[in-house]
Amino acid sequence: MKNQKLYEKHTIGIEIDIVKVRQIVREISKKMRFDIVAQTKVVTAASELTRNVLEYAGKGEIIIEEINDSHKRGLKITVIDKGLGIPDINLAMEDGFSSGKGLGKGLSGTKKLMDKFYIQSEVGKGTEVVIVKWVV
Amino acid sequence: MSQRIPIIKIGENLIVTFISDIDDLTALRLQKELTEKIHEENRSGMNVSGVLIDLTILDIVDSFLGRLISNIAQSATTMNANTVVVGIRPAIAITLVELGLELKGAYTALNVEHGIEILNDLKA
Amino acid sequence: MSGLEKVEELLRNKEKDILESWIKAQLENISTMRRDLISNTDLRAESINFLREFTIAIKLGVTDDVTGPEYDKIREFLINISRSRALLGFTPSETATFVFSLKESILPYIQEEYKGDVDELLRVINGVSNLLDKLGLLSFEEYSKGREEVIKEQIESLIELSLPVMKLWDDILAVPIIGVLDSKRAKIITENLLNMIVEFGAKYAIIDITGVPMIDSQVANHLFKTIQAVRLLGADAVITGIRPDVAQTLVELGIDLGEVVTSAVLAGGLEHVFKKLGYTIEIKR
Repeated sequence: MKNQKLYEKHTIGIEIDIVKVRQIVREISKKMRFDIVAQTKVVTAASELTRNVLEYAGKGEIIIEEINDSHKRGLKITVIDKGLGIPDINLAMEDGFSSGKGLGKGLSGTKKLMDKFYIQSEVGKGTEVVIVKWVV
Repeated sequence: MSQRIPIIKIGENLIVTFISDIDDLTALRLQKELTEKIHEENRSGMNVSGVLIDLTILDIVDSFLGRLISNIAQSATTMNANTVVVGIRPAIAITLVELGLELKGAYTALNVEHGIEILNDLKA
Repeated sequence: MSGLEKVEELLRNKEKDILESWIKAQLENISTMRRDLISNTDLRAESINFLREFTIAIKLGVTDDVTGPEYDKIREFLINISRSRALLGFTPSETATFVFSLKESILPYIQEEYKGDVDELLRVINGVSNLLDKLGLLSFEEYSKGREEVIKEQIESLIELSLPVMKLWDDILAVPIIGVLDSKRAKIITENLLNMIVEFGAKYAIIDITGVPMIDSQVANHLFKTIQAVRLLGADAVITGIRPDVAQTLVELGIDLGEVVTSAVLAGGLEHVFKKLGYTIEIKR
């Protein structure tokens, strides 16, 4: 099979927009043979994270790569921005269903859809979110 | 990237058929257009009693669109119109449930035909 | 890593001889019982293809790494053979023999060719040996991967068999769940149910949990989620088969099934759904 492991990097907000991100992630997750539900979850998660970048930083980077761990194969998506940063991550992660636009909905939802979720943020510096989904 | 989702009036219903995936701006524009149209039609006596949103073509519905649809449904209700959302794919339904997104205020149906049936039943 | 380009020439010139010797060796190695697993024609075809691909690959001179693009075609070829042989019922050794026996068939010709130059001979033998060993190991690995996939598929179909979604009536589906309802099964049931709702345009699903031994908050959660998803498709679901002890457990756990209609027996659920659909049942006397 291909020796080159999948690795794609795009600039959100300049090179591509949210619709394009969804398309790209959909293509890739299909290629990696995720089942349709897993595909949909990954694309949805990527969409949520991309929105946050656009809303709170205007632009950022998305890195989509295939990773391996013993016998598992997975898709790892990293979303980075140099935007406002999140002052209180725990608060942002709380479910905020009726709270309209708040960051809460995007992040907590994303975490529920993925197998691994990692976030790092600093006010004034930016935010980095890493999500992973394993192919079953 | 200028997209528009067409809104058609058939009888007393407004039919909104998604023809492609849309970005947030286009979605907001849709919401505005839709609510304005209901208002206009009602004002000119043409009465809108139902809104049907057809999502058949979409392979993803994230939290933004989910909330937007709820908002549309709620606005429509205040203007005496019912909203039915049709064509949600199984994978999307499962994902929406996982996200905890209810399409509050909206009815759901499998397809346009069922959807119109529901709107007609509700009107009666 | 040059020097092996000449081997390519050798392989081309002696192709027929090497092929015959190789096929003979394979047939000897495969026990007579296996002869019926693969026809001589197929064996011959596979051997010719591999030998030719190998000849092309060796020309590129890389012999210490079979993971690179030079070997893409060969790897793919071996993967296919390994998987198909696994499915046919060959043992992993028998499959790896395909590659290893080629080594034995080629070496005599190499010895003959480089007879005069011991250093060169050693270098070439090492290079070719190395290469074929790695490829042989690869086919062994791919064999096991192939087996794992077969096992996985069998498990999946077993699970599906135990989770039938049936059409009970126009617009009504029945889902009798037997056995423990864990998240994996819940996922499969939900997907099957939703797909069938789409396929049949069903309006109601009767989910019977008589056969589910234990209902705890996790199971209840799964059921909730399934019903919510069903509703997003414009249908609705009732849960039937709630045994007295299950009802008790639900109360103790403080689980409120809320809006979900439930019934002790499937018939009750069916009655409810019939009513909603506007059907009545009359007894003709």
